[in-house]
Amino acid sequence: MLEGLLIGLSTAVMPMNLLLVVAGCLIGTFIGMLPGLGPMSIIAIMIPVAITIGDPTAALILLAGVYYGAIFGGSTSSILLNAPGVAGTVASSFDGYPMARAGQAGKALTVAAIASFAGGTIGVVLLMIFAPMLSSLALLFHSAEYFALMVVGLSAIAAFAGTGQVFKAVTMTLLGLIMATVGEGALFNMPRFTMGIMDLQSGFSFITLAMALFALPEAIFLVLKPREMGGDGEKSGRIGGLRITRAEARAITPVIGRQSVQGFFVGVLPGAGATIASFLGYAVERNIASKADQENFGHGSVKGLAAPETANNAACTGSFVPLLTLGIPGSGTTAILLGALIALNVSPGPRLMVDEPQIFWAVIISMYIGNVVLLILNLPLIPYIAKILTIPRNYLIPFILFFTMMGSYIGQNNATELLMLVGFGVVATILRFADYPLAPVLIGFILGRMMEDNFSRAMQLYDGFGFILARPMTLGLLIVALILLLLPSYRAQRARRRAKGVADGD
Amino acid sequence: MALDRWIALIFVLLCLTYGYAAFFTMDHLLPPFMQRNPVWPSTFPKVLAALGVISGMVVLLGLEKPAPGAEKVPEINYRRLTEYKLGQALLLLGLMVAYALTLRPLGFLVSTFAFLTLAAGLLGERRFAVLLPVAAVATGVVWYLVQEVLGIFLSPLPRIL
Repeated sequence: MLEGLLIGLSTAVMPMNLLLVVAGCLIGTFIGMLPGLGPMSIIAIMIPVAITIGDPTAALILLAGVYYGAIFGGSTSSILLNAPGVAGTVASSFDGYPMARAGQAGKALTVAAIASFAGGTIGVVLLMIFAPMLSSLALLFHSAEYFALMVVGLSAIAAFAGTGQVFKAVTMTLLGLIMATVGEGALFNMPRFTMGIMDLQSGFSFITLAMALFALPEAIFLVLKPREMGGDGEKSGRIGGLRITRAEARAITPVIGRQSVQGFFVGVLPGAGATIASFLGYAVERNIASKADQENFGHGSVKGLAAPETANNAACTGSFVPLLTLGIPGSGTTAILLGALIALNVSPGPRLMVDEPQIFWAVIISMYIGNVVLLILNLPLIPYIAKILTIPRNYLIPFILFFTMMGSYIGQNNATELLMLVGFGVVATILRFADYPLAPVLIGFILGRMMEDNFSRAMQLYDGFGFILARPMTLGLLIVALILLLLPSYRAQRARRRAKGVADGD
Repeated sequence: MALDRWIALIFVLLCLTYGYAAFFTMDHLLPPFMQRNPVWPSTFPKVLAALGVISGMVVLLGLEKPAPGAEKVPEINYRRLTEYKLGQALLLLGLMVAYALTLRPLGFLVSTFAFLTLAAGLLGERRFAVLLPVAAVATGVVWYLVQEVLGIFLSPLPRIL
């Protein structure tokens, strides 16, 4: 591990890469603050830039920086305006915004920055410990297990979509998988489902799809329903002192310790991610706090702010574990990162650490650096960066739309791509109206190719579907996937029956 | 029928079409030597089509019900879509299509400048003394970044020039 760390360190401190970390964090913070642009959209917009850099290490460093920055930026707008730019920071507004209203915005931002820093850094340490372990285990996997593992991952993502939503999420995953089969596959050199259209020969472009699924619907929602932006002018202008007292520091230390670990492991689970980690962290800390502290939650408690902030950053780091070791993304954001890596000819997975250790370790080291950058660079700059929140909507929306189009155009240099973008964007918006989750489409789309390759290889090795029974681990994983999918329905049904029973008893 | 079930219906129809293509139109194109393979290009799509029909039917028939109290309030109520700024959204989408169609013939600079000004104007921006320079500078800067820094060719001027 030490050798790997040294390789990573020597790569990450190259001036170009250092510059990219700083740039990534700044861009991420900047855009992450804007309502309507989550980390997924920002990373999707940055992908053409990353791909043009050409060096996969540098590209991943840039994108990881953007990811962190976006989460941090989202906390800033949650705290200052009660307008979270990112779902993962909604829980931060519960206590952050009351603090800001009480004139303690500066203090709240400091707590958020320290908690994010600690969560991120402890998360990286855990990543360093667990990723190599998981990766050496994953080297024992065959294509049959890989296929089964992807099924488990996709099922878990669907299962986390919430009760009554599981089959909607499954449907969306299948839509993504179906879309992935369009074009020429890797194993068979024949175009499939192209309907004779030349532009579909190489399949759908994943950047266009990412933009159409996330950035465009969010922009359309902003147009349809103008949200309060800019806040109440006199309040948001006042930041107050940045210092926290010693007693407050002592209060948040155990919270940070617990939530870094908990957040990290929630982040490792496929489908859970920063949003669930932050809500869970908030709930757990409120439950175990003393009676007096509990009353304070929701009214500007530093603990209530530190918990979700630590947990969401630790979860972001945790979500890199399945991506880097198994090559299976657990969230929409890591799915986009995976797509970018594939475009750069790197296939993440257990071989990554053996074949290209410099990529793996450089990303880890740059995560440390990114955390430090966020702490020392962003904290003093926050009052100035927060000015971006005053950009009028009339300018913001045209530019969001323009950047979405640029992102998908310069990837392919093809104007048809823009028409597909608009078409898919409209479909995605309608799907959002009906409360269909969209991340599963993209994850299914990105995993589709790999899943089919592994499936086909397993079928060839075992001459048919026999691989499911011949390999106990495959069968076990597939059963886990089935349980994951059916458990929420079963529990909802039981809850409904119980609710009905109570009503009858009355 | 609620919108989510209409979507499920469309999805089931999509899967049936997809499945038809996979089951009946693909296999006879296969060269004879590949037919001895246990896995064909149509195998995975066949599995997907079958699963898609099943999962779509579960949503369509409303077999999976949310737990009591778990219903979410949607961000936008699509039944009252006309109460939102629907016109603006549709016009902006139209503008994006126009941009896609004019990007090549008119060149990047003209079409982008026009897109940014028209879109902002559509959203209600009337301070043209601010808007026009902002759009012009942004267009120029983005063109420079993409063309010179990223090295991706973007034809700047109309085709006839």
